[in-house]
Amino acid sequence: MAKLPLEGIRVIGMTQMWAGPIVEMHLADWGAEIIKVESIHYLAVGTRGPAPRHPKFAVDFVKGGYAAYLKEGYDDVNGRPWNRSCMFNVHGRNKLSCTVDPVKPEGKEIIKRLIEVSDVFIENSQPAVMEDFGLTYDVISAWNPNIIMLSMSGFGQTGPYKYFRSLGAHQDAFLGHTYLRGYVDRDVTANSAIYHCDEASGTMGAFMVVMALHQRNKTGKGMFIDMAQTEATMIQLGEGIMDYTMNRRITERTGNRDLYGAVQGCYRCLGDDRWVCITIRTDEEWQGFCHALGNPSWIGDNKFADSLNRWRNHDELDKHIGEWTSQRDSFEIMYMLQNEGVAAGPVEHPDLAYSDPQMKERGFFETVTQAECGTHRYPGLAFRMSKAPNHFRLPPVRLGEHNEYVYKEILGVSDKEYARLEKEGHIGMDLVPGIEIGKYKAK
Amino acid sequence: MAEQPLSDVKVLDLTWHIAGPACTKFFADYGADVLKIERQGEGDPARSLGPFYKDDPHPEKSGLFLFLNTNKRSITLNLKTQTGKKIFKEMVKDADILVENFSPHVMPGLGLDYKTLEKLNPKLVMTSISNFGQTGPYRDFKASEAIIYAMGGAMCSTGVGDCEPVKKGMNVIQHQGGYMAATATMMALYGARVQGIGQHVDVSLMETQMGAIDRRMSELLAYEYNRELTPRMDIAGLLQYPYGIFPCKDGYVDVAGGFMFLNRIEGVLKMSLMETYGGANQFDETRREEFLTTIWYPWIMERTRKEIVQVCQEGRVLSAPINTTEDLLTDAQFQQRGFWTEAEHPVVGKLTYPGRPAACKELAWKIKRTAPLLGEHNVEVYTSLGYSKQDLVKLREGGII
Repeated sequence: MAKLPLEGIRVIGMTQMWAGPIVEMHLADWGAEIIKVESIHYLAVGTRGPAPRHPKFAVDFVKGGYAAYLKEGYDDVNGRPWNRSCMFNVHGRNKLSCTVDPVKPEGKEIIKRLIEVSDVFIENSQPAVMEDFGLTYDVISAWNPNIIMLSMSGFGQTGPYKYFRSLGAHQDAFLGHTYLRGYVDRDVTANSAIYHCDEASGTMGAFMVVMALHQRNKTGKGMFIDMAQTEATMIQLGEGIMDYTMNRRITERTGNRDLYGAVQGCYRCLGDDRWVCITIRTDEEWQGFCHALGNPSWIGDNKFADSLNRWRNHDELDKHIGEWTSQRDSFEIMYMLQNEGVAAGPVEHPDLAYSDPQMKERGFFETVTQAECGTHRYPGLAFRMSKAPNHFRLPPVRLGEHNEYVYKEILGVSDKEYARLEKEGHIGMDLVPGIEIGKYKAK
Repeated sequence: MAEQPLSDVKVLDLTWHIAGPACTKFFADYGADVLKIERQGEGDPARSLGPFYKDDPHPEKSGLFLFLNTNKRSITLNLKTQTGKKIFKEMVKDADILVENFSPHVMPGLGLDYKTLEKLNPKLVMTSISNFGQTGPYRDFKASEAIIYAMGGAMCSTGVGDCEPVKKGMNVIQHQGGYMAATATMMALYGARVQGIGQHVDVSLMETQMGAIDRRMSELLAYEYNRELTPRMDIAGLLQYPYGIFPCKDGYVDVAGGFMFLNRIEGVLKMSLMETYGGANQFDETRREEFLTTIWYPWIMERTRKEIVQVCQEGRVLSAPINTTEDLLTDAQFQQRGFWTEAEHPVVGKLTYPGRPAACKELAWKIKRTAPLLGEHNVEVYTSLGYSKQDLVKLREGGII
């Protein structure tokens, strides 16, 4: 058996929201030691929930959603809401957390000492933030020339939009994705905000870091990686961009239709908000589909005889298919069609996902216990390696949970010093009262 | 130029369609020697998918293929023949990485499963990308862009409540699978170099969605924590206003205004918003329509996307234009950062391509060669393996290359 591939690599993360934390998550899952440097004086929007002490009525009011907290036992006054946020706890496993006040000179000195003994430094703020902290690459590379620094702001470290502010939804608009998703017969306002940039650049950021480590093993030198989340994600629209550079054609939305032919759609099934997606490309698959449906009379119509006609009469076909699916369970349809060689799969709301036979058989969900949230099932690893069977090693990290380890064992701080740093607001597990979201408390 | 970071890496690439080639593209673009092994005759099916150059469906003119296969070399090889297998196994001995995205039964069916190949090369990293993974009851099920998003992703909460769930744009789910596979492969390679042990990496596209997608994971956890599902909700349904996507003079803009931010541009709107519309920190919900119709729409409808975003960003208000692919190519940001790159292809000529995922002078990214013609490198590759020109004729006659 192999060790996890990134064992022995230490990463300092001063990240927020999702994109940076997702890079950390992938690196942590595969063996790197991730030390999140957080602060009890500051909480970036959305990083550990919407607000430092999001009011209980607001938490109770919202049903579901990515910004939810664990409601049971939620206490916005005496509790620690920041340790029970869904937005954070899904990527917080396998990481360590320490706190420091980076605005104070001594705080910066602590960060310096951590960077001196680390391999990688990751941040994903708009560039003014690290400039204000004095934690730019020219500064930190003087502390540690071997450090690999990954900066991943929305637009990168240069150019006219350098200081533009954005969340994934805005980046999605900038890079052309918002325009390309949604319903054909409605305008772009009829859709949900999504954050595709976070997952795309979060994944690509991990690729870049490991490739940089590979390069550093050859050259012995650190480096600065300037990743614009918009650029790293835009690559996923490559073929649409090529249509423009080849043919000067602007790619338009296709809704749930297949880009390459007929038939494809998302059809209503039996039950409350249950749906199934079906994709049919070849004549053989169409035959299988007809057979699965028991060859009803409409299906033999010349209008549906070949793929070109199915494409031309797609709307009418959708009505017939929708009638058939509406009488059946979405999983039943999947099995019926897959048995005939036709691609079909249910839209899996979370309740279906947790009970999905494939996910169960592969042991996808991981059950871990976190001190303040109790025992729960979390979405698991994004991929597997045969010789490094891998599970969560640590539960979602609580703010400042590893202060003792980081200060005493890594930095060699004495008990007396530790107590002083605690008193001076560097070390702690509770956000100081009265801080505003996204803002340092006025000094 | 610095030596490319992956110039010491050899990749055997059996991938086709989108997710697999999207993975190996990053290895090729960063300098790895990526040998794309295609079927004789048609080659990679992506060659027959659009968009096509000048709308001419031709195997060397697919924009999808041209984009995904930069810097790769192409050979043809029939893995169903004994000779083909023997040649392939020879190549495996010398490779660092093998990537394939066939149905999970294909490689074992050919006698080319990881257990067999590992014996030939214990340091080999083999990455298998599939719809649902190499094991489990769905192992051999078919899927598509929409189906992977439906089952693995957050499709259930994407769209608006009174309509069906809706997928993301184009093929981004498969591209994302390629990103994830590239990351997994890079990690396994790093481990193999340090520890001297290879790996079989199992990438399930369904799991690349369920296990790495921020919104999906958070909504799964919201269910686990509170037993609550997440509804489909359009952006304008949020509590704050103005918040979401709005029409303007030349298209649409996304503005995350709301009470927290919009007071930052109240001077531009020529009014004191807090005084007029709300209390200390929140707009009066009952006056939403009035505010939108008397203040907001008149202001944005007179302005272009660029103008609105400029004003909002200067006021530190999150905002963005809804861009089309045309807008991307002319945008000053991406131009000035040198994102775009041009490359000359023997059939379609000089074209602009999207560039590197990140700027880093020590990690040199380059299109040294455009996507290969089908079997373009047969002679070069097979002669380097020790086959003579006469051997190549025999291999061709035998239906092997």
